[in-house]
Amino acid sequence: MSRFDDLDAESLYAGLLAGVRGLLGPGAALVGIWSGGAWLAERLQRDLGLPGEAGVISSALHRDDFSRRGLAGADPTRLPFEVEGSHVVLVDDVLHTGRTIRAVVNELYDFGRPASVQLAVLVDRKGRELPIEATCAIARVDLPAGQRLSLARDASGRLSFEIR
Amino acid sequence: MFVARRNPQLNRNDELIHLLSIEGLPASIVLHILDTAGTFLSVNDRDVKKVPLLRGKSVFNLFFENSTRTRTTFEIAAKRLSADVINLDIARSSTAKGESLLDTIANLSAMHADMFVVRHSQSGAPYLIARHCAPHVHVVNAGDGRHSHPTQGLLDMYTIRHYKKDFTQLVVAIVGDIVHSRVARSDIHALTTLGVPEIRAVGPKTLVPGDLKEMGVRVCHDMSEGIRGADVVIMLRLQNERMNGAMLPSAGEFFKTFGLTAEKLALAKPDAIVMHPGPINRGVEIDSSVADGSQSVILPQVTYGIAVRMAVMSIIAGNTA
Repeated sequence: MSRFDDLDAESLYAGLLAGVRGLLGPGAALVGIWSGGAWLAERLQRDLGLPGEAGVISSALHRDDFSRRGLAGADPTRLPFEVEGSHVVLVDDVLHTGRTIRAVVNELYDFGRPASVQLAVLVDRKGRELPIEATCAIARVDLPAGQRLSLARDASGRLSFEIR
Repeated sequence: MFVARRNPQLNRNDELIHLLSIEGLPASIVLHILDTAGTFLSVNDRDVKKVPLLRGKSVFNLFFENSTRTRTTFEIAAKRLSADVINLDIARSSTAKGESLLDTIANLSAMHADMFVVRHSQSGAPYLIARHCAPHVHVVNAGDGRHSHPTQGLLDMYTIRHYKKDFTQLVVAIVGDIVHSRVARSDIHALTTLGVPEIRAVGPKTLVPGDLKEMGVRVCHDMSEGIRGADVVIMLRLQNERMNGAMLPSAGEFFKTFGLTAEKLALAKPDAIVMHPGPINRGVEIDSSVADGSQSVILPQVTYGIAVRMAVMSIIAGNTA
């Protein structure tokens, strides 16, 4: 287990790049979960030399806490490839309760039936509420339940973690 | 003692819980609705054209006044959000038997309604329902009397933004029966809220009285003056009952003076768009060549209307009183 102070997003990204490279095969497509995951997927797409743009997926339309949270402002889902039969690699900054992943997988299926779905994250945070695990996670942390850990991106594109 | 009355559409956090009128809504809420509608428009491109945001909720369409088109678009919108939709032809049922509006609402609430979509010939009826319904129930005004038709106003704003991007440089002409039109009223409030610098109300004196100036519009009784240089021309339907009420000599006469023909449209900007809330009366307020022409966005308005109604319903359902 790492402590929050040890979470250097830039050095974890190098690990993610190596990890995701190992997950890619024929018919693979990167899809970043809005918003932190989308930044990571965009950069991975470039650094892995993949053609075109990475997909972006939003959990907003399938969230189970919609009645409490309402529609949070999120970019709409954009999947620039045929979902049917594809091998999707979902990318996110933090895996916590697993509820976002559940919502995002439902969202994905609204576009077609992928052949497989894998999940790569920078940080696996303890506190799962659903039977969901990452295929590839670079760091593991345990934080108090009330704290929100998320990725931030500055004007130069540099990534860092913040806690609220 | 002065007691400030809250806007009944907003909760204590200034979030939208009912949609009753565009008047009094901050621009931020109007823009949030338009942005959300953009998200829903893309749902049409999916294999599964349905999202589960209102799953398990019951939406009651209460149409005290007939309108097949508006009712249908609300029904499609609610179904795409996975709600159960119950259509009540109130005009022919309880009210005809003498039940009061609030008794009807109380009965439907006992059937576990979560949302009422209300069309009523009396201005203010949706406000009355919003004031008396249970706290978890949401109300959408689908047109009340001459007062307001907020979802039409919003879909018109969505259409204008789609084609013109920026509101702050536009000249918008609204042509026809302005005084009786809840669509015109909603459009004027929305355009003002979004910062449109010039709104023109165009039509004969009987349908466009001079005191409309108080709403911040420029009144034009001359069609050429009203259309010239416009970016957006919104034609209104001429309601037949106005003809009988001696407000107009005849449909033919109206078309000659205020009907939109290609010749008159040429006075507007070359890239002007032509809108109409429908149903259109060809040869009365608009010529077929214009209604079907390249500048007409009348059918896209219908498509955007569903996305806008999905946005309104999902936003108010996500906020609590």
